[in-house]
Amino acid sequence: MALNSLRGGIEPDAHKKESSETPIRHVPLPSRLVVPLVQSSQESARTIITVGDRVLKGQCIGEAEGAGIAIHAPASGTVAEIGYYPMAHPSGLTSQAIVIEPDGEEHWITYEPLDPATASRDELILRIQASGIVGMGGAVFPSHIKARSKTETLLINGAECEPWITCDDRLMRERASAVVTGSAILAHLTGARQILIGIEDNKPEAIAAMRAAVCDMEPVALKCLDADKITVIAVPTRYPSGGERQLTRILTGIEVPPDKRVTGFGVQCFNVATAYAVCRALLHGESMVSRIVTVTGNVERPGNYETPLGMPIAELIALCGPKPGTTRILMGGPMMGFTLPSLEAPVTKGCNCLIAASAELFPPSEPEQPCIRCGSCVNVCPIELQPFEMYWSSRAKNFDSARQYHLFSCMECGCCAYVCPAHIPLVDYFRFAKSEIRARDEEQKAADQARARFEFRNARLGREKAEKAARMAAKAAETRAKSAGEAALIASAVDRTSAAARTPRDRQS
Amino acid sequence: MTSPHTRQPDSVQRIMITVLVALLPGIAAYVWQVGAGILVNLAIATAAALAAEALMLRLRKRPLWITLSDGSAVVTAWLIALILPSIAPWWLTVTGVLVAIVMAKHLYGGIGQNPFNPAMAAYCAMIVAYPALMSQWPSVDGADFATQVHLILGGSREIDGITGATALDAMRTGLRNQNDVHSILGTGVFGFAGGRGWEWIAAGYFVGGLFLLARRVITWHLPLGFIVGMGLMAGIFWLVAPESFPSPLFHLASGGAMLAAFFIVTDPVTGASSSLGKFIFAAGVGIIAWIIRTFGVYPDGIAFAVLLMNICVPLINRATQPAPVGKRKSP
Amino acid sequence: MTGIALILGAALGYAAVYFKVEGNPLAEKISALLPQTQCAQCGYPGCKPYAEAIVGGEAEINLCTPGGDDGMRLLAELLGREFKPRGAPVEKLKIVALIDEQTCIGCTLCIQACPVDAIIGSAKQMHTVVSRYCTGCELCLPPCPVDCIVLAEEPRTPQNWRWKYPATGLKVVAWH
Repeated sequence: MALNSLRGGIEPDAHKKESSETPIRHVPLPSRLVVPLVQSSQESARTIITVGDRVLKGQCIGEAEGAGIAIHAPASGTVAEIGYYPMAHPSGLTSQAIVIEPDGEEHWITYEPLDPATASRDELILRIQASGIVGMGGAVFPSHIKARSKTETLLINGAECEPWITCDDRLMRERASAVVTGSAILAHLTGARQILIGIEDNKPEAIAAMRAAVCDMEPVALKCLDADKITVIAVPTRYPSGGERQLTRILTGIEVPPDKRVTGFGVQCFNVATAYAVCRALLHGESMVSRIVTVTGNVERPGNYETPLGMPIAELIALCGPKPGTTRILMGGPMMGFTLPSLEAPVTKGCNCLIAASAELFPPSEPEQPCIRCGSCVNVCPIELQPFEMYWSSRAKNFDSARQYHLFSCMECGCCAYVCPAHIPLVDYFRFAKSEIRARDEEQKAADQARARFEFRNARLGREKAEKAARMAAKAAETRAKSAGEAALIASAVDRTSAAARTPRDRQS
Repeated sequence: MTSPHTRQPDSVQRIMITVLVALLPGIAAYVWQVGAGILVNLAIATAAALAAEALMLRLRKRPLWITLSDGSAVVTAWLIALILPSIAPWWLTVTGVLVAIVMAKHLYGGIGQNPFNPAMAAYCAMIVAYPALMSQWPSVDGADFATQVHLILGGSREIDGITGATALDAMRTGLRNQNDVHSILGTGVFGFAGGRGWEWIAAGYFVGGLFLLARRVITWHLPLGFIVGMGLMAGIFWLVAPESFPSPLFHLASGGAMLAAFFIVTDPVTGASSSLGKFIFAAGVGIIAWIIRTFGVYPDGIAFAVLLMNICVPLINRATQPAPVGKRKSP
Repeated sequence: MTGIALILGAALGYAAVYFKVEGNPLAEKISALLPQTQCAQCGYPGCKPYAEAIVGGEAEINLCTPGGDDGMRLLAELLGREFKPRGAPVEKLKIVALIDEQTCIGCTLCIQACPVDAIIGSAKQMHTVVSRYCTGCELCLPPCPVDCIVLAEEPRTPQNWRWKYPATGLKVVAWH
């Protein structure tokens, strides 16, 4: 199969071997699990338990609201608290979370497994939502929304292009069969005619395991899609080949405009870990209560850990033995991840990797020098933007100009800042400009709305006043007519003196 | 501490050092063919550029070391030394460097902000201010090192037998005197393609340029644009009237054409940004340079051509702004 | 010559009538720059009346509190007037009114005061502020007989949190 090339891109040191050579390990339960109510990019869940309740592992503790997803107890135990805890977010803000104290029994509550061949599509999709499944690549977009839209081609993303991260690699090596089954179910749901599984060619074991799993598909998966419709494709190792649009282009040749979704082009893309979670939820009735996290960098025991959601990151890092010299913990990969402001934050569904950073592994950036427009950033931009022009505009806070240079097409992959010889933190400037523009747009919208409402209110008050006046006038006219009638009666009775008597009464009204 | 957390070990300094290294073959050919006097001029220019840069950074209250060590001033200095006659007196070189660093670079806001190529601005200022000195080019093997140094250090300019007409000068004078190209090329000034001896220096620049391309410091759009622009103009007229217009090869091998193609139009700060824009910019320089050489009063028009195209850069950028991926197909 | 002058004069006069702009365009422009909180802190009953007062030369441009220094800078630019600082700028979070629903007696006075109809409720019923529409103008505070309305900052969320301007060593040296 002919592959299309990624535009731009970089080849940073992979650092995969540190964590990819040991099997997935299970993590002992911590004393407290902190489960945030917001676990997706959509609405937060609605609490359905109260403090003191006993819960089982996998039990729903927050129901899905709107397009959001349900959340579940990651272990059996007692609800200890509902409070505010730090989020795994660069802002360091807190969010509402349910704290569960595990009892160590690990009693599961599982749903009735569904057979994709006989269950209705709606039933399957509702189960995906109720099981709390989101995109596990990091974007945490609810999977049921994507599963609902029909598509031609299903892409399963096993590229894992960021350096250091190996959780998808290990998952594919060890649980390929379930990944393939989950993919087939997703193809069944979306009506896809073929599945393309893209894996970077620096993971030969994962590619081999996935190919073997496709050759030896489970019966339940075969009911969803024929094995010959599934292709496992080795894609060249080049960051950011694992971006949704980049992988779409590499595997199908379709260039999706930055302002459109891939769905509109007959393509739908799921991460391998998402496919795995779908398989567990539908065929085994297990809600999403854990995920595989790569812990690597400056630690004694790097590797992949099957971690209960809600485990405080500090405890997970402590289990892996951080070495002296660890200055900070990165969440996500080194290209797009962020420094955790607080290690109290829990492991969430989008937490694919934690890297203990030291000055040796991640040297502090050198001082920023002036841009010489050398064009290195243009050559590596996978979206073919002109990062340095966006930088000049953003730095000068010339936001209109930044927008004209397609600032909002930027996905912040960091290739430009990676190669910049002047050590300019380009992505920082883009993030700043984007959030300023968004805030200004919001303010503008609010001001327009306030003006419209103010003017409407004035118009309404004016109209009410006019109506009141009209009513009064009508009433007065009525009174006048009435009195005129009475007067006429009197007049007829008292004869001709009436005309003189009416005049002052008129003046009064 | 924000993403990306890891960076490629690259720097402006490395780029500038690569450019300096790429100039070495041309400089070696210069020394071999014309004499080691150029090395003295290079040293003078370098010292003047670093001093001027340091002074301006101090006056503008900018961090000194980070910009001084990036090598950009040295690149400007070397280019100025190479485009001025190598027996020019020291003060001419120093004045040129000061114009470049102080006026063309720092008065516009320093590295990255200047709209005009500093070396070219310096050349234009010098040729307007000192036309006589700027036309005294040493002839090949015309003067030994001691004489060259004597002239550079401001000694009395007894230059008979030391200087000679450059290839472009000889061609221009010959054509003005109603001679045809073929008979002009028969005189002793010319070699295989351009000026005798000087064509080797051009070859040296060409080799250095290939090195820059291989190291991805420059992209092919700029040198190719220049060569296409100048070659196309020269080629059309040469095909129509070969007796009165010299060949494209002559133009490309003479004067500063090769230096311009690989080292001057490739200045990123003052050039266009997109690939297409770069090609248009460089082709424009080539075309204008050919027009000035052929119809203008100055022997070589590259410096003026570069400044003219520098003015057009915002226009070119606006017209050639590339669409992001996925935007091209839908109108 | 006189003929030309007359013709041109007639043309100009005709154009003035034909292209007559409805309303006061400058006031519209100024109004567009004002934050539309309708708070009346400037002493005029709303943003548009204040804009008209500026055009009429009755009001200074530094009376708009919610607009702050940024807003005044825009006004100064538009009108070519001198910028008059109002004090240190603070990063503003949106301020909204909150009604303490336990204390509210349902008098509807705040509903009548709200310039943007952001308070709902009816007589003898508890009132509430639709924070999406609230501009934080404080006009509902004085009429309340039981002082049950407070102004509070909207909570910070990842949605309204902003990335800071990148600060690096070079610029610190360069700018100060």
